[in-house]
Amino acid sequence: MMVVELITGRTLDQGATVEEKLGEKYFNAVNYIELDEESFKQLGLKEGDRVKVTSDFGEVVVFAKKSDLPKGVAFIPMGPYANMVIDPSTDGTGMPQFKGVKAKIEKTTERVKTIKELLEAI
Amino acid sequence: MEDIVCTFCGSVCDDGEFDVEKRRVKRFCRLGSSKFAEKERIKAPMVEGKEVSYEEAIDYAVEILVNAKHPLLYGWASTVNEAIRLGVILAEKLGGVYDQCASVCHAPGVLAVIEEGLPGGTLGSIKNRAEVVIFWGANPAEAHPRHGLRYSITAKGLLVKDRKQRKVIVVDVRPTKTAKMADIFVQIKPGYDYAILSALRAIISGNADVVPKEVGGVSKEKLIELAEIMKNAKYGAVLYGLGVSQSRGRDRNVENAIKLIQLLNRTTRWIIWPMRGHYNVVGAGEVPAWEVGYSYAIDFSRGYPRFSPAEFSAVEVLNRKDCDAALIVASDPVAHFPASAVKYLKEIPVIQIDPYPNMTTLVSKVVIPSAVYGIEAEGSTYRMDGIVLRVKKILETNYWTDEKILEEMLKRVEKLKG
Amino acid sequence: MLWIKNGVVVDPKNRINAEKMDLFVKDGKIVEESKVKKGDCKVIDASGKLVVAGGIDMHAHIAGGKINTGRVMRPEEMRVVRNIAGKFRATVGRVLLTAPAIGYEYAKMGYTMSFEAATPPITSPHTHEELDAIPIIDKGALPVFGNWHLVFKCIEEKNLEKLKSLIAWTIERSKGFGVKIVNPGGVEAWMYGGNVKGLDEQVPGFAVTPREIITWLMRANEELNLPHSIHLHCNNLGIPGNYQTTIESIKLANGLKNEKRQILHVTHVQFNSYAGNSWRDVASGAAEIAKIVNSMDNVTIDMGQAIFGHATAMTGDAPFQFTLHKLIGARWSNKDTEVETGAGIVPIGYLPSNPVHTLQWAIGLELGLLIESDKVVLTTDYPNGGPFTEYPYVMAMLMSKKMREGELKRVHQYVQKATTLPSIETEKTLYEVIHMTRSLPARVMGLDKKGHLGIGADADIAIYDLNPLTTDFSNEFDRVYKAFKVSEFTIKDGDVVAKKGELVKEVFGKTFWVDASKKVDVEAVIPDVKSYFDFYTVQFSNYGVDERWLKKSKRIEVI
Repeated sequence: MMVVELITGRTLDQGATVEEKLGEKYFNAVNYIELDEESFKQLGLKEGDRVKVTSDFGEVVVFAKKSDLPKGVAFIPMGPYANMVIDPSTDGTGMPQFKGVKAKIEKTTERVKTIKELLEAI
Repeated sequence: MEDIVCTFCGSVCDDGEFDVEKRRVKRFCRLGSSKFAEKERIKAPMVEGKEVSYEEAIDYAVEILVNAKHPLLYGWASTVNEAIRLGVILAEKLGGVYDQCASVCHAPGVLAVIEEGLPGGTLGSIKNRAEVVIFWGANPAEAHPRHGLRYSITAKGLLVKDRKQRKVIVVDVRPTKTAKMADIFVQIKPGYDYAILSALRAIISGNADVVPKEVGGVSKEKLIELAEIMKNAKYGAVLYGLGVSQSRGRDRNVENAIKLIQLLNRTTRWIIWPMRGHYNVVGAGEVPAWEVGYSYAIDFSRGYPRFSPAEFSAVEVLNRKDCDAALIVASDPVAHFPASAVKYLKEIPVIQIDPYPNMTTLVSKVVIPSAVYGIEAEGSTYRMDGIVLRVKKILETNYWTDEKILEEMLKRVEKLKG
Repeated sequence: MLWIKNGVVVDPKNRINAEKMDLFVKDGKIVEESKVKKGDCKVIDASGKLVVAGGIDMHAHIAGGKINTGRVMRPEEMRVVRNIAGKFRATVGRVLLTAPAIGYEYAKMGYTMSFEAATPPITSPHTHEELDAIPIIDKGALPVFGNWHLVFKCIEEKNLEKLKSLIAWTIERSKGFGVKIVNPGGVEAWMYGGNVKGLDEQVPGFAVTPREIITWLMRANEELNLPHSIHLHCNNLGIPGNYQTTIESIKLANGLKNEKRQILHVTHVQFNSYAGNSWRDVASGAAEIAKIVNSMDNVTIDMGQAIFGHATAMTGDAPFQFTLHKLIGARWSNKDTEVETGAGIVPIGYLPSNPVHTLQWAIGLELGLLIESDKVVLTTDYPNGGPFTEYPYVMAMLMSKKMREGELKRVHQYVQKATTLPSIETEKTLYEVIHMTRSLPARVMGLDKKGHLGIGADADIAIYDLNPLTTDFSNEFDRVYKAFKVSEFTIKDGDVVAKKGELVKEVFGKTFWVDASKKVDVEAVIPDVKSYFDFYTVQFSNYGVDERWLKKSKRIEVI
């Protein structure tokens, strides 16, 4: 288990599939978390393993992906998976805090929900 | 067909070539190509999962809206101004709430503009003049893939003739694809944008002594170097992304950046501009501004417009359960809103107007498919810098346009409301 | 069909001064009595009431990027509720108004046409979208030319034919009405952080001067014989001592003549009439300006009157806007626009307790009073000098010395020594003020169907609860002000659209634009334009506005 600062954002894959949200490609474009190599080691992860992300606002299971992020920062593409754990409060601005949410991450054997399952669970 | 206009991102490239036979677009990026590719569509208007005619779907939708006490009309970033205008008038007639995608995107920037104004310029002024371009919390390589080529990185302009004459700086929390194209990458700690902007303001105004050795993961030496580059540029541009407006500090980050630009303009020329996302998210703010005075988070329950992001932005309205129906046009809040807001959307009747099935379709009682602007319909859109481009009709379709659907809805609402 | 009965008509163009007469309207035009069947006419009893043509605002910022950025930047402006949604649109706005509010408020005041005074050609589609959203009134827009690289190039080449072609091409593409020049050369200098300080200072990067820009555009405009003359916002706006630059600019019209109208229109001259060397010793230069304008027969101006209260400075004069931001520390928006021009926006206010603001207020009035009524149009340069809804205040002030004396008592006494206003005895007549708000702006803009009530004129008519035959304009200024604030009837193209300040019917007026593309060989300039598109970020073919996009297009062809 470790605690990270979670950010979300656009990616090319997410963008290119955003008008096909109920398809496999979009599912694959948004269902993962990027972590640095050291965190990968620390959590005993291999590429494609599943990770449970828990914040004060919810939890979600996603696939693990290695990247060159700085240690302590994790990235989930903008979309339904990220939105399970980001901070919905807007501090009066109307804008939820999509970037910079403290989250706990751990290796898990739970499966990654499909988009429809995810919606049902809300 | 030549010089077609892309209806994907805020760059709104207008130099595409469309091969009608092969149904392929040339010159556009991966995002633009995906936009013009054939994909699954909502087949027909549907009420509670059953296929109906357009007229029946519209009648049903109007009944929901007219009977609602406080409907939310949300979306609008991926449609044209003509449709947005009708949407604003519809919200006014219904006494509902008009809000648009910017409220979960660049709207904190609007709050900063209210505090400080927006010292900006068009993308052409960047292309022609900007010796230094700073992408701050923005990643155009993934979000606006041709931005650099057409406007900001490798763009060839009047005074800045090629890439060698332009310094590109990326400030971000992670080494993005854009960072890899930069001359200088400044990696900062998440949530420290405000502090770093303050440090730069201090250095530029001659108060470097108050700046500590390190701010937000950046050394003082690096900050001084950055400040010098900014001061010495004849013309520079800060292009900021959601890294600034969605992080801790939100609107205050943008405000601080604008103050930095004000300061720089006392000795040289700098502009600042947000990297707006959808192809017409600017129009979704401009149209209501001239129609009713505000750009988002507008409530009409008293018969006149009131603006309050803390109350009338879609996420706040949904979190507070302050609407009893929703009309979602050209957007997918179920995929892009926090879970708490989505939870309430599942509880109320939702009407969707969109060309493509998406997560919002899954929770919608009424689904009305529409034509794709830029491919099947024409209309007016605003590029991220406010430059207007008319998107074109290339292919015939039987789908109704957003404009026609909303016009029919408005007619019926006017009749029912008297 | 309409029969306006027994009104007291003031129609300066047709030399009618307070004559009791009837007017007849058919198909949106003023017609002869014989052309209507009286039995079928809707009758308006105008007994004892003033009947005039609808007012024309020839210089206001009512549509486009500037005012809309102003709205977004200033939500506090939108808290004044003017109309609740119902039969008509909800409207809000204090000085900055929403598009529907602009149409409604003009109409309620008896104004039926307004011109957007500055649109960069590239953003003209936005300007027209907003104009299309303004109900009731007719409108037009003036594209800006004074800082455009393509214009500089034609002048550098001393190629008048090419410049004419460029103007014709641009106003056709932008669906514009004429040639606007804002701080010629100064906005280009701003791209390097500077400004130009005089008519003979060279524009950075180009072998042209403001003097040449004005002169060449003037010559081109005259050879094209456009309905409107060039429309100039002078260099050095808002800077103490600038009245001399204004006088020099006015003199540039010497030697040219046009039978129908002026050669040069200088706009919002109040902002360009300052004597002195700094804000400490600033004084009015209005008397000197009036002298030169009165001595010339081919120059007109508009006032740019400052109104006490809130306002928003928004001009294409980007360097001035930055100076203003520094001076008063207010919010500042700026828009450098491709290689065409720039713009800026800063919130301001005019306080009667502030010596400079009071000076600005007084200068506007001096210009209105000292300049012959056939040469000065009433404007506030909305929203720069304040709201257009206070035109009745300016009208009443021009007609009453007593009103001015009362107002002079409540303002900062700096004006006593810095202006000539306290000593001006002139009281303009109603006939003159109606001319300055109707027939004169129509002539200045080159609109022969507007601003008068002769046979064949557009039936844009205002009726006020004011009998010119019995009113003492010197003493009854309060009643005069109130009467002009709200018309008894406003008629647009023959439809009654407003009655005693209440809207009656929502119509949409036309957008007037000028097509001179047959007058010259437009193709002559196209290769140059195309080569300049290397420095644009849109394709040549995607530039401009097609006529079919306009809600109601009114093309005026120049042959």
